[in-house]
Amino acid sequence: MMEKPKDQAPACPFPMSVYPVVTMAHGGGGSIMRRLIDEMFAPLFDNPDFECDHDGARLSVAGAQLAFTTDSFVVDPVFFPGGDIGTLAVYGTVNDLAMCGAKPLYLSASFILEEGFPTESLRKIVLSMRQAALQSGVRIVTGDTKVVDHGRGHGVFITTAGIGRVDHDLKISQHAVRPGDVVILNGDIGRHGIAVMTQREGFSFETRIESDCAPLAASVLRLIEAGIEIHCLRDLTRGGLASALVEIARSSSRHIGIDEAEIPVCEKVRGACEILGLDPIYVANEGRFVALVAGKDAVRTVEILDSCFPGLGATIIGEVSDQEPGLVTVKSLIGVERILDMLSGEQLPRIC
Amino acid sequence: MKFLDDFRDPALAEQCTKAILHLGTGHWKIMEVCGGQTHAIIKNGIDRILADRVTLLHGPGCPVCVTPAELIDQAVTLASREDVIFCSFGDMLRVRGGGRDLLSVKAAGGDVRTLYSPLDCLHIARDNPQQEVVFFAIGFETTAPVSACVVRQACQHGLRNFSILNAHVLIPPAIETILSAPQNQVQALLAPGHVCSVTGCAEYERLSIEYGIPIVITGFEPVDILQGIHMAVSQLEQGQARMENQYRRVVQYQGNKAAQALVRQVFRVVDRNWRGLGVIPGSGLALREEYEEYDAGKRFGLAESGAEASTSCIANMVLQGRRKPPDCPAFADTCTPERPLGASMVSSEGACAAYFRYCRNYKHANVTE
Repeated sequence: MMEKPKDQAPACPFPMSVYPVVTMAHGGGGSIMRRLIDEMFAPLFDNPDFECDHDGARLSVAGAQLAFTTDSFVVDPVFFPGGDIGTLAVYGTVNDLAMCGAKPLYLSASFILEEGFPTESLRKIVLSMRQAALQSGVRIVTGDTKVVDHGRGHGVFITTAGIGRVDHDLKISQHAVRPGDVVILNGDIGRHGIAVMTQREGFSFETRIESDCAPLAASVLRLIEAGIEIHCLRDLTRGGLASALVEIARSSSRHIGIDEAEIPVCEKVRGACEILGLDPIYVANEGRFVALVAGKDAVRTVEILDSCFPGLGATIIGEVSDQEPGLVTVKSLIGVERILDMLSGEQLPRIC
Repeated sequence: MKFLDDFRDPALAEQCTKAILHLGTGHWKIMEVCGGQTHAIIKNGIDRILADRVTLLHGPGCPVCVTPAELIDQAVTLASREDVIFCSFGDMLRVRGGGRDLLSVKAAGGDVRTLYSPLDCLHIARDNPQQEVVFFAIGFETTAPVSACVVRQACQHGLRNFSILNAHVLIPPAIETILSAPQNQVQALLAPGHVCSVTGCAEYERLSIEYGIPIVITGFEPVDILQGIHMAVSQLEQGQARMENQYRRVVQYQGNKAAQALVRQVFRVVDRNWRGLGVIPGSGLALREEYEEYDAGKRFGLAESGAEASTSCIANMVLQGRRKPPDCPAFADTCTPERPLGASMVSSEGACAAYFRYCRNYKHANVTE
């Protein structure tokens, strides 16, 4: 597919002149990454099954409805409070399948290892993957291993791909979002990003902040079994809650209004964000998602999520309307609305 | 979080808002000086909720915005060198001068490192004796003491492979430039709380007397800002003009004397070019002669590029509070945070960036008369 002769390739609409080489912002989960996908990948990979607005593709194969997804993991540091790259590699892909409303079944795992990486550390990572796979009910059935010269990798990179089965008729996608839907968040935000950053930068706060990484499929399947009219699901990874909501609003051409006061952020994360000059709404998570469900099912959804994630404070944070299509607005604490935007790239520490 | 949550309390904020709206009858133009305050105002919608009584003008207090294009080009030149490890605060990385930004330099293989504490530079310099470590020292009176501290420690420890690319500027001369301009519309000032926590209040007292306007040293949380505005409006309604301190939980009249002494020991006051405002006499800090070997400009013999920002935007007017971002024909059209034309769009702290991020859908609200 990549071997298409040059003269047949569509003209490149991607404004290379702005960034003639790849920058960190191209992978930051913000608007610069979005443009890379929309303007380079999407037009060149275009086909009837291509899915660039969702975490995974829904495919119909021999009468079965499948979900298929892949994700790469390059987290630095490899080990962080509450998990490691192996935990993420399994949960990340399992969660992407869950966001398609699928029951995760099988995973592949590819390792790019750097010469000199301790095998003891690798074993710890693989044990974490085994544990995470058991926890989320998937089987790791195939994989690949490559080793690169010392200095040409970063210890270990992992890519996982996953297949899940869709056993229901719900059309879970941004395009199913309707005015009157409510936005429900399964717990407090920001723990993963802060845990990783704290470890990487060597900050020491009075209390330890652990990553929120967790499998989400079981809770999604419970919502489906309970007959909740789910319209859209999105896990909050890079770019945090803000980027997830902005993407949903843009691709559904609906307005999402959220209430800042309703967004749960634990005290430890709030304190760390305050010191580091970060906004928790943009900080990464690995075990949090938003469900956009029909208004009539709001209370039951919160109850189910509360029972799946006890003590995390699942809550309604906003609702969908037709007011300003494509925009997310936040009600500030003095009751005035403002726009919620994606960041252009990564969130950078500020001067003052 | 003690001392923060109290100042984000919706009930208190509402009380303050009502108090301002019911105080007297005038309509007042008040400038908040600091970019951090501008962001809190736009993010929380304080300007819109008070629009009937107060027009908030946004000042020049965004250090990233006012760093001259030529200095950013010098940073890019240094960061591109193979023998240099270039250290910077995060929000300088996406700012362009006449050419590339530091993120692009990093992407092309330059060793550009984001710091939380400038003191980390010293460890980096010690760990990399074969490399030159350069710190992009930017900011107002708030960050100058830390830069002074780093330079002094480098000197004490005899570190020869460390220097700073210095862009430190001072707030009061910029305020004087704005207040003394014939077109000045500012009737009261909210002075930057964190700057004053270092410098103290005396200079702002002098400005208040000299220019006959109320100056309220103000914090950064919504209730701080509302209280600061309330204090300024009270003075305006009563025809008073004095310096007041709203941010007493942080700012003492004398300021931080140790920090002041450190800055005086390492830096001297010089004229400085501000992006969007031009050269302002006595508005910059340069290293004193005994610390000049730590000046990256001198060490690397950097030439001034003479680059200046686009003139198709009105950033200079915005930085002086004479126009608002939506007044600019380029705003949110040809000028966006990803492709900024002017100083106040380049940094996330800038007024144009704040309007773009939080309320570009209200494009025609609050346009300055």
